[in-house]
Amino acid sequence: MSGLMTIAGYALRESIRRRVLTVVCVLTAVFLGLYGWGTSAVFDEVRDSAGGLPLDEQVLTGATLLGLAMFVTLFLGVVLAVFLTLGAVRGDAERGLLQPLVVRPVGRRTLLAGRFLASAGVCTAYVLVVYTTALLLTGLIGGFWPGSIVTPALALAGAVAIVVALALLGTTLLSATANGIAIFMLFGAGLTGGLLGQIGAALDSETLGTISEVVLWALPFEALYQDALHALTADIDGVTGIAVQLGPFGGAADASGPILLWAVVYAGLAGAAAVRVFARSDL
Amino acid sequence: MSPSALVTRALTKRYGTQEALAGVDLEVGEGELVGLLGPNGAGKSTLVKITAGLVHATSGSAEVAGAPAGSAAARATLGYLAELFRFPGWCTADELLRLHQRLAGSRGAAAERADLLQLVGLSDAARKPVEQMSKGMQQRLGIAQALVGEPRLVLLDEPTSALDPAGRRAVRGLLEELRRRGVAVLLNSHLLGEVEQVCDRVAIVAGGRLVAEGSPRELSGAGGVEIETAQGTRIFPDAARDDVPQLVAGLVAEGERIYGVHVVRGTLEDAYLRAVEAHR
Repeated sequence: MSGLMTIAGYALRESIRRRVLTVVCVLTAVFLGLYGWGTSAVFDEVRDSAGGLPLDEQVLTGATLLGLAMFVTLFLGVVLAVFLTLGAVRGDAERGLLQPLVVRPVGRRTLLAGRFLASAGVCTAYVLVVYTTALLLTGLIGGFWPGSIVTPALALAGAVAIVVALALLGTTLLSATANGIAIFMLFGAGLTGGLLGQIGAALDSETLGTISEVVLWALPFEALYQDALHALTADIDGVTGIAVQLGPFGGAADASGPILLWAVVYAGLAGAAAVRVFARSDL
Repeated sequence: MSPSALVTRALTKRYGTQEALAGVDLEVGEGELVGLLGPNGAGKSTLVKITAGLVHATSGSAEVAGAPAGSAAARATLGYLAELFRFPGWCTADELLRLHQRLAGSRGAAAERADLLQLVGLSDAARKPVEQMSKGMQQRLGIAQALVGEPRLVLLDEPTSALDPAGRRAVRGLLEELRRRGVAVLLNSHLLGEVEQVCDRVAIVAGGRLVAEGSPRELSGAGGVEIETAQGTRIFPDAARDDVPQLVAGLVAEGERIYGVHVVRGTLEDAYLRAVEAHR
């Protein structure tokens, strides 16, 4: 256990000393500042032009803006996950940073587990903070509060934890650059699958729905993201609900119990595969 | 009786169709200083990496202090300095040693870190980040890192490659100190003079095989005897020091006048080149 915490602490110190977290914090503050400014401006305009349509424009605007914020939160969380892990094994081995650590008694499994702990801890904390701040900005400025607050937060945190596990598996197989590209490609594939599902739901297309279903099972971080979006808008009904469903963040699929369980198993399998590949690698 | 620091038996390693090691038997005794010599691509680093648990052997066995190489028990008893290593630039010397103390389970605390930094001449650089150190300083820090946790066996892969002559001398002194402390060392080096000066035994590897082994003196062997006579210098290339009385007596009996006798010693370089050439 002490070896695990030592490696996790080492990875965290590395992020801090290399100013990764400083850059992330500054740019995230800029994003949230712009989000708050934009939210304020949009809600002012909505209030000024309210009354023309038979829907709750405050809810429609709030749900759309918060959906956008959640997409950006996931994207930034994935970027952080990729950059914290992309060279953790192959990359560090190629640079000669890994070997002095691997020969110590803690072993390769603990090294990977420590890296996962640190990276997943940073990334989940990050998305929780950004989501909560965006939620507060939307609620305090525009007066929109989603029906479910905790479920989207947990779903986003779970999604980035899965991406961290995938990136660690990738780093045991690929060089840093190839791994980074691969994870972003998978993230893009997941988003595309989710969007196809949303379009399929709007058009009532069974084919698109099936394609999306396959993608969500293959890349369950997207299923969690879809679940987060769904939780955000599920209790909006009436004409406003229809308008939200037709919007860019509507029509998201509710993650069923089996896929949530699969997401946990998936992360475990990715971790186990990473440990197995790393244990067999020559460094 | 405690097991040898390192024992390899019929150790082989293949990378695809490339055979890096082809059945190496090597033993490093407790507190023994063994030099590993060989041309580039001979398999020296592969042998060291298998011992350190970084590379998996294809067949055969390697044991470190009686434990299979690569096992936690084996890793707990060895220190390792890779040929191409890097430490994180943001880390200070003291932080790096503290990290390795934790990973090695060392209870040496600050006293051990201070002792190791003093041993490698970096006491004044304890708070200096690695990125501000010269290559030579980093190499010495690497040696200190390898000694964390009082290992029984230290694997040094080209430890003097980045050092100037003064640095190399310092490392030789360090190796003597390790011998005094009873630490076994497997030293992989291209510098024959260095190996000849400090090592108890030398193992020469070529083409993945152990082609010669022995003390530097044994390997160097006799280089012949030169005897100055009235007729000129007579050379006896196969003779050794013990043959001198008989040679002189024979020449005197033949009526020669002897003016001087010179016993020629072979060098480790000659022995190395002979062993490597014979393998080709």
